Amino acid sequence: MPSVSMIVNGKPVSAAIEARTLLVQFLRETLRLTGTHVGCDTSQCGACVVNVDGRSVKSCTMLAVQAEGAQIATIEGLAQGDRLHPMQEAFREHHGLQCGFCTSGMVMGALDLVRGSPDPSEHQIREWLEGNLCRCTGYHNIVKSIAAGAKAMRG
Amino acid sequence: MATAADGRFLAGGHALLPSLKQRLDHPSDLIDPGAIAELRGVTKAGGILTIGAMTPHADVANSAVVRASIPALADLAAGIGDPQVRNRATLGGSVAGNPTADYPAALLGLGATIHTDRRQIRADDFFVGTSKTALGRGEIVTAVAFPVPEKAAYAKFSGLASRYAIAGVFVGKSSKGVRVAVTGAGACVFRDLDMENALAADFAPRAIDGLRIPVSGLRSDRHASAEYRAHLIGVMARRAVAACR
Ligand SMILES: Cc1cc2nc3c(=O)[nH]c(=O)nc-3n(C[C@H](O)[C@H](O)[C@H](O)COP(=O)(O)OP(=O)(O)OC[C@H]3O[C@@H](n4cnc5c(N)ncnc54)[C@H](O)[C@@H]3O)c2cc1C
Ligand code: FES
Ligand code: FES
Repeated sequence: MPSVSMIVNGKPVSAAIEARTLLVQFLRETLRLTGTHVGCDTSQCGACVVNVDGRSVKSCTMLAVQAEGAQIATIEGLAQGDRLHPMQEAFREHHGLQCGFCTSGMVMGALDLVRGSPDPSEHQIREWLEGNLCRCTGYHNIVKSIAAGAKAMRG
Repeated sequence: MATAADGRFLAGGHALLPSLKQRLDHPSDLIDPGAIAELRGVTKAGGILTIGAMTPHADVANSAVVRASIPALADLAAGIGDPQVRNRATLGGSVAGNPTADYPAALLGLGATIHTDRRQIRADDFFVGTSKTALGRGEIVTAVAFPVPEKAAYAKFSGLASRYAIAGVFVGKSSKGVRVAVTGAGACVFRDLDMENALAADFAPRAIDGLRIPVSGLRSDRHASAEYRAHLIGVMARRAVAACR
């Protein structure tokens, strides 16, 4: 079995895995980081979004071996102890989640948006959410949350 | 690749991995050329814009060079799928994997040349049928060279779920004439010569107002009937001509 090494939430990890292991399987099953979800497994829903070298990707549509040497950020790496990341806090404050299944993907996608556009317009946020499906909220509060999270991150 | 019984290149994986999950394809080996830096990036020399095959859509959409020389191409890349798809899926994968995707319309509409490890192929000779290209076994697309046009634009009517084109029309105008490429509507991207001739005489949306688009050869599926697609081609073509810059 090939071995793979990457940095996940700042910590170096390596493991011997089957070559066909998806990045999301590696995160959830090998590393037990179950905050990243699998909604569809068909590249449509965005529940599995994590950041690879800063860019948001669907971890169900990438092999773990393709992330060799990369910096991976997942939802588990955002909070500092009991203090939520400003984007997480904004989702809490603005009711940007109900069941929470889509939320980690929404938050990780939002961080990639803010990286390129620190002050995104409502239109930009809505366009950016093209690949993140939510079955609960109707999106309005997610859009509000991301705008507020971006504002908090600008400080 | 030479020693693999039935190998595939794995680029962005956004077509290949879903098809492996569904057991629609059974390759013996996967080869990821992702580490080859030469296959990635944008360069412009003379009137030619060259984009490496492993360049993801997001890099084309965000490239200042692409935006300055062929804005229609940057806009097309920015309209593919969603942000996460654009961060992974590549030009080479779109061109090699699916002759009804968005990029093939730009290649045909701009008269681009596909560079491989073995040869150069004109877009006109590259897209040859349903899921078929002129690529040989184990042949890899290394880059695509786009001649910079006077003006160009792409208009597409997207499917609601995937954003793939139900009908997409790319119009390119250069000193060599006008090219009109239609994607998503048939089994393979194609040029519409009637529209090209009409636009060569008068480059304005009204020039193609009355043209009838033949229905034969167009797809009918749960997204749209062939008749509806024929209608959409006319609408998208007029929109593209009006948007040309
Ligand atoms: C949710 C979703 C939405 C999408 N929406 C759109 C859309 O709106 N419009 C659109 O046009 N496309 C869309 N796509 C498809 C996408 O843009 C790419 O066309 C597709 O992912 C293939 O590119 P890839 O880099 O992922 O290739 P892969 O999946 O890695 O490869 C696809 C095929 O091409 C071969 N291949 C890859 N690179 C090369 C190369 N350099 N040389 C030779 N062969 C090669 C592979 O062996 C494989 O057979 C969407 C995809 C998804 C998952
Ligand atoms: S689980 Fe990856 S996109 Fe839905
Ligand atoms: S909060 Fe339930 S799916 Fe989004």
